Amino acid sequence: MAMITADPKDVPQVEHFAFTPEYMAKVEEQIAHYPPGRQASAVIAVLDLAQRQHGWLPRAAMNEVARILDMAPIRVYEVATFYTMFQLRPKGKYLLQVCTTTPCWLRGSDAVMKACQHAADGETFSVQEVECLGGCVNAPVVQINDDFYEDLDEASMNKVLDAFRRGETPKPGPQVDRQTSAPEGGLTTLKGE
Amino acid sequence: MLSDKDRIFTNLYGVHDWRLAGARARGAWDNTKAILDKGVDWIIDEMKKSGLRGRGGAGFPTGMKWSFMPKEVKDRPHYLVVNADESEPGTCKDRDIMRHDPHLLIEGCLVAGFAMRANAGYIYVRGEFYNEAQHLIAAIKEAYDAGLLGKNACGSGWDFDLYVHRGAGAYICGEETALLESLEGKKGMPRLKPPFPAGAGLYGCPTTVNNVESIAVAPTILRRGAAWFAGIGRPNNTGTKLFCISGHVNRPCNVEEEMGIPLRELIDRHCGGVRGGWDNLLAVIPGGASVPLLPKSICDNQLMDFDSLRDQRSGLGTAAVIVMDKSTDVVKAIARLSYFYKHESCGQCTPCREGTGWMWRVMERMVTGNARIEEIDALEDVTKQVEGHTICALGDAAAWPIQGLIRHFRPEMERRIRARTEKLAAE
Repeated sequence: MAMITADPKDVPQVEHFAFTPEYMAKVEEQIAHYPPGRQASAVIAVLDLAQRQHGWLPRAAMNEVARILDMAPIRVYEVATFYTMFQLRPKGKYLLQVCTTTPCWLRGSDAVMKACQHAADGETFSVQEVECLGGCVNAPVVQINDDFYEDLDEASMNKVLDAFRRGETPKPGPQVDRQTSAPEGGLTTLKGE
Repeated sequence: MLSDKDRIFTNLYGVHDWRLAGARARGAWDNTKAILDKGVDWIIDEMKKSGLRGRGGAGFPTGMKWSFMPKEVKDRPHYLVVNADESEPGTCKDRDIMRHDPHLLIEGCLVAGFAMRANAGYIYVRGEFYNEAQHLIAAIKEAYDAGLLGKNACGSGWDFDLYVHRGAGAYICGEETALLESLEGKKGMPRLKPPFPAGAGLYGCPTTVNNVESIAVAPTILRRGAAWFAGIGRPNNTGTKLFCISGHVNRPCNVEEEMGIPLRELIDRHCGGVRGGWDNLLAVIPGGASVPLLPKSICDNQLMDFDSLRDQRSGLGTAAVIVMDKSTDVVKAIARLSYFYKHESCGQCTPCREGTGWMWRVMERMVTGNARIEEIDALEDVTKQVEGHTICALGDAAAWPIQGLIRHFRPEMERRIRARTEKLAAE
């Protein structure tokens, strides 16, 4: 387990946070998924929406989520610090989440990590080591914001990063010639219709 | 080898349309009403007869699990919860079901929900699978629009609502009671059992938690018959199974195969063999990070099913096969898993919170040989003190890979210690 504080001292907090009407509609849609009185179930979804709107989760956003869901603020802080996807400090435009767990490590995640660390400037790119992303047959995998980039090596990682630098969005998925999780070079099953 | 006509996940690789029209063309949602019309008892009986064992790792018989739900709905509603928090290192099969064949899962949810008298279901998808969740959400909307979900689902007279609930990054939420805590808006800390979820689960109501694959295969089993499914595989280890083969093979992939397929055939036929040939194999983790690894000598003749792997003191787990060739630093590979468990421990139980960190630190020393020979025994002893002494199985999962390493690679660990000691003595 990791020790994370909901209010890192070195992070400039914001005074006020409010959902835009567009995001508020999404918040209400999430709350409606749960039985009356069980709105706390939506806390992960609503924190995620706050993070999507603001870019990261300041304390003010957690307090607003607590107010909307009628939860004690501490219960929201607990959730925000427990789950690794909540970013409690500002990050770059693209968050590079590099998986280095054994299946990715066996296929060269060290070199991919090196390329990402080299690119990390805190503005365009931030980098994080993460645990298994669940794309192991396409290792090594790096998650960049919402997308998985797969079957990477140092060269293809740099190519992806360069494309982002140019303002493009490179195609997610395998960075080698391959159909998703199928074996490279051709199917061994499901060949006919 | 399994033939394509016996494969359930015919769009495993996303070659074809994942939406409703494509799914229907592949046979999903084909007269689901007729299945529901046969009644709860028939469905559960067929599931039992099929021999399906849960695909999330533990291998508990699915039909029996469904039968544990109360026979009638009293003051508390029943819930179906689908565990799509796929995070076991090596495992990436549920991802393919959600992004390429979401309707198999959704139809399975209706059938399973009906069989356990639930009018609502939640699919808990790990937060990192954002795009997969979007496919699932879109497919659920299609199902509602077509009258397959919601009020009078499929014209069956049964109301069934289905929701996607995204997580936010926590391996522990794959543990069913931690998942329920998370679903209730709390930290994912496992609950003591009993009470079991079938008695008091989500919001204290009767709940059954099933893996994605277990649910997604159910409609096909019920349509084609329990005997068909039971006729595939081996006794007590029936049916087809999604395997995820990663690591040092020439072509890593996911593939649906027959239960009990020989490990070597699985790797040679679908993955182009071990990198550098079979003789270059060092070891295989056969069922996801938490099961003990097997050295090549055992892999040579190993069958891939629950009972065969249990007989080798390992397990089928999620059928995530992690292959390591002779270039692998096997101690480091296992030490990285120890770090994983240290990182993912929820911190609730002392043996796990303290033990995972302790085991990882010792494992890091074992990588460089910075230890004494007796410490291997001390390490093994600590794994036994963690195992079975925690609320959930994460403590066990952290202990088993290390136990497997010591069981099969103790000479290598001793060699490193001796080499370092001798090097220091020479300096």
